[in-house]
Amino acid sequence: MRPEDILVLTPAGLCCKHGDFHIDPTRPVQRALITHAHADHARAGHGAVLATAATLDLMRLRYGDTFAGTTQAVRYGERLTLDGATVTFHPAGHVLGSAQIAVEAGGLRIVASGDYKNVADPTCDPTCAPFELVPCDVFITEATFALPVFRHGDPRGEIGKLLHSVALFPERAHLVGAYSLGKAQRVIALIRRAGYAAPIYLHGAMASITHYYQSRGIALGELRPVRGAGKTELAGTITLCPPSALADIWTRRFPDPVTAFASGWMRVRARARQQGVMLPLVISDHADWDGLTATVAATGASDIWVTHGQEDALVYWCGTRGLKARPLDIVGYGDEDEGLDGETQASSSRQRQAEDDDGGEES
Amino acid sequence: MKRFAELLDRLAYEPARNAKLRLMTEYFRSTADPERGWALAALTGALSFAHAKPGLIRNLIAECTDPVLFGLSYDYVGDLSETVALLWPSPLARRTPSPLAGEGWGGGAGGEAQASTGAERASPVFADLTTPTPTPSPQGGGEQRADGELKLSTVVETLTTLGKAQLPRQLAHWLDALDETGRWALIKLVTGGLRVGVSARLAKTAVAALGGKEAQEIELMWPGRAPPYIELFAWLEGRAEKPAGGDPAPFRPPMLAQALDEPDLAALDPADFLAEWKWDGIRVQAVAAPSPHAPDQPPPLPPPQAGEGKSMNPPPPAGERKSMNPPPRAGEGGVGARRLYSRTGEDISKSFPDLIAALHLPGAIDGELLIKRGGLVQSFNVLQQRLNRKTVTPKLTADFPAHLRAYDLLADGDEDLRGLPFAARRTRLQDFVARLDDERVDLSPLVAFSTWDDLIAARQNPAAAGAGPDAAAVEGVMLKRREAAYLPGRPKGPWWKWKRDPFIIDTVLMYAQRGHGKRSSYYSDYTFSVWTKGESGDELVPVGKAYFGFTDEELVQIDRYVRRNTIERFGPVREVVHEPDRGLVLEVAFEGLQRSTRHKSGVAMRFPRINRLRWDKPPGEADRLERLETLIAQIDQARAP
Repeated sequence: MRPEDILVLTPAGLCCKHGDFHIDPTRPVQRALITHAHADHARAGHGAVLATAATLDLMRLRYGDTFAGTTQAVRYGERLTLDGATVTFHPAGHVLGSAQIAVEAGGLRIVASGDYKNVADPTCDPTCAPFELVPCDVFITEATFALPVFRHGDPRGEIGKLLHSVALFPERAHLVGAYSLGKAQRVIALIRRAGYAAPIYLHGAMASITHYYQSRGIALGELRPVRGAGKTELAGTITLCPPSALADIWTRRFPDPVTAFASGWMRVRARARQQGVMLPLVISDHADWDGLTATVAATGASDIWVTHGQEDALVYWCGTRGLKARPLDIVGYGDEDEGLDGETQASSSRQRQAEDDDGGEES
Repeated sequence: MKRFAELLDRLAYEPARNAKLRLMTEYFRSTADPERGWALAALTGALSFAHAKPGLIRNLIAECTDPVLFGLSYDYVGDLSETVALLWPSPLARRTPSPLAGEGWGGGAGGEAQASTGAERASPVFADLTTPTPTPSPQGGGEQRADGELKLSTVVETLTTLGKAQLPRQLAHWLDALDETGRWALIKLVTGGLRVGVSARLAKTAVAALGGKEAQEIELMWPGRAPPYIELFAWLEGRAEKPAGGDPAPFRPPMLAQALDEPDLAALDPADFLAEWKWDGIRVQAVAAPSPHAPDQPPPLPPPQAGEGKSMNPPPPAGERKSMNPPPRAGEGGVGARRLYSRTGEDISKSFPDLIAALHLPGAIDGELLIKRGGLVQSFNVLQQRLNRKTVTPKLTADFPAHLRAYDLLADGDEDLRGLPFAARRTRLQDFVARLDDERVDLSPLVAFSTWDDLIAARQNPAAAGAGPDAAAVEGVMLKRREAAYLPGRPKGPWWKWKRDPFIIDTVLMYAQRGHGKRSSYYSDYTFSVWTKGESGDELVPVGKAYFGFTDEELVQIDRYVRRNTIERFGPVREVVHEPDRGLVLEVAFEGLQRSTRHKSGVAMRFPRINRLRWDKPPGEADRLERLETLIAQIDQARAP
């Protein structure tokens, strides 16, 4: 059996004919397996959804209770047989609940890794289960940071930069732009591990997800809403907000803000500057170049399918290693979690426009 | 090197002056000698190395990366130095066995897959470093490994003595030892020009703050100092006496004037004031030190070198100071160091050797730098062609002869005149200029008046009030209180400037960009345009940018307008609706106008600012490019010799 007989690319995304399901479909389908809760992978309106309990909870928080016809929670490592295929979910180390999905049929194993991050030291991310290597025949990998210029380094050094700046400018507010699901909570957890005990302030848009993380036993310390806090109170504090809020009139409530942005993109100066970021923090929830290439090699897969990002470089690299590789053009991935302020991403700009035009107040 | 790199990194992103100062002061406070001294030298532009060319950097990276991956990366990053800084493979990764010689990505988290077998295959660069060669790095370039971290002082000391042939290998060695930010900083340092938005003056201000001093005090003692400035830091930290020696030709903080409008005159008594023209050049201070005990015999002016003077005012290393002074005139051995300073205290002597040559009497003149041709003062447009030139050639000084028009005398020989009343200083100035007797220096004439009406008339028609053919270079009048001493800063009362009325045009807002710092959420930088005839009827062409002139309240109004009327976005820039019947008309005031090949419209404004918001005016009624072209023609005609 060929891998293409097990998983095929359809307009809705990757489809398993044997099991009659899609993985991270980009339009409504009957049966969907979801790797993680970021909006570009987890959409509302499917008939039945199979995902980890945390992913289902986060989808419910974002889309409401009726986001799918039926849902089923799956544990990491649990084997499920869906018609002619067996599936297992394995930690992807990306955000809380994130999983790689392994599909087995006809003696072949294909791993759809969704978005993933494999860091040498698991304490670099206290907010989710660390990446698990799943040996396979076909490895489907993202390529968000698939250029050798992207090496993310130790996020604790970046947190040190932030805390140093807070100490140096006690009369200014520090605003850290971070994606609402995953990155924000990871940044807070890392700040706490660095010994910072003062209250951390939250933009309204990230309150519910952050509180969910806390309810799952992730220690984030004292959190306060920005709303209602006076300008004087905010001097010398740290506030987490969605990246789009950094350029928003919302920032006017802060005293002389220092704007930081936690993202893998911050590695490239021009990118940081385009955003008007003063304190770029290279913290990513995706694998960097070293992580991608090491993982691809370690899976033992001889066939590599490359989804969203810098496919060219990774496909080329696979070629130099004698691995068969091809880009998989799935339209619609990569919109949410590491996108740049929506301004370079056509598909989400309309939505931001709407946010902006109604005054950009907190949700 | 790591802390210095972090400082540069932070400075490069920080737009606010005060925040930059804080970052630097904090660095100087928490960094040991001699590291901080070398950092200060780098920030003040006192370091220069035999510059590494971009080609060298490109060759280095080509030796240790895959060309396809390099190409894709360079395309993405867009800047060679930064691409190299980010792409440089760690020496560990490059020692990993690899099917591609000299290429070895990976070795990250999934460790086992890349586990080294011990059969290490070194890259060409690494091989060079590990193979014993008869020419090991001089100055112990490898010493940094002894304490685990490469030091800025090691880099500087090594580079000072390193031969050109050894540079690539040494550089590769250092790049191996640094992280991304460190590599970026190293490449900037080595190739010259930090470009992190810090002037020498700002760095000195930051170091002064370390000891609660004013930048002025550092500026005065600077010429005697050399990196790494151990004794300077010791003094600033209260551990030692103030270092001896000082600048024999120091910059003195200038006195500035408050702005004035016609109604303000009623409160002033004309009998208390003297008036003179405000010339449209650049304010300078020309200083010649009294002769030292031994007659100064400086070497002749060296030929200008490429790369010097790119910012118009790079302070030369202390040891080179004397070389800028031309030989004294025959029969006159009466002066020591000579310098020309900008209003902010930057030493611009190198850009004006012709004027420096005229300073053959010891003293300090406060005046206006102008270009004078055929006895006539030229417009600011002409002066601009002399400014910001990389090299000062004999042709440049012949075509654009620098001239000093003297306003005031701050020192005469050893004598400090700043405590004297202006009227008395003026008498001394007349005498000084007469003794100097040099055609490159003349006296700014007084404007005769007995009533304010006389002065109002003079301001309106300088040509008829004594400015004669130079009238077009007059940008207003200055009022100086007869009894006022020369006070640094901008005291209120003794000096007033009353500029001529600005030019005014109505323009259409086309693009808006977010500001920085306190304005970071506001669209506060505006590109405005005027109408011109296009291929298919009238179209708008941008003619300038302005980011001040409006009130805080108006800023909020414009910001709201921009957000609600955006038609396109480009990163932090928004294109705003601009049609004949929809859009925002901005009344723009400006001081001057000149032709420019850098702008599509072919014109460039001087000092444009938002004068008024014309919510009432439809964009279709804004001005046309033809009006600006007519204005240029009028200006050129008026100022032609």
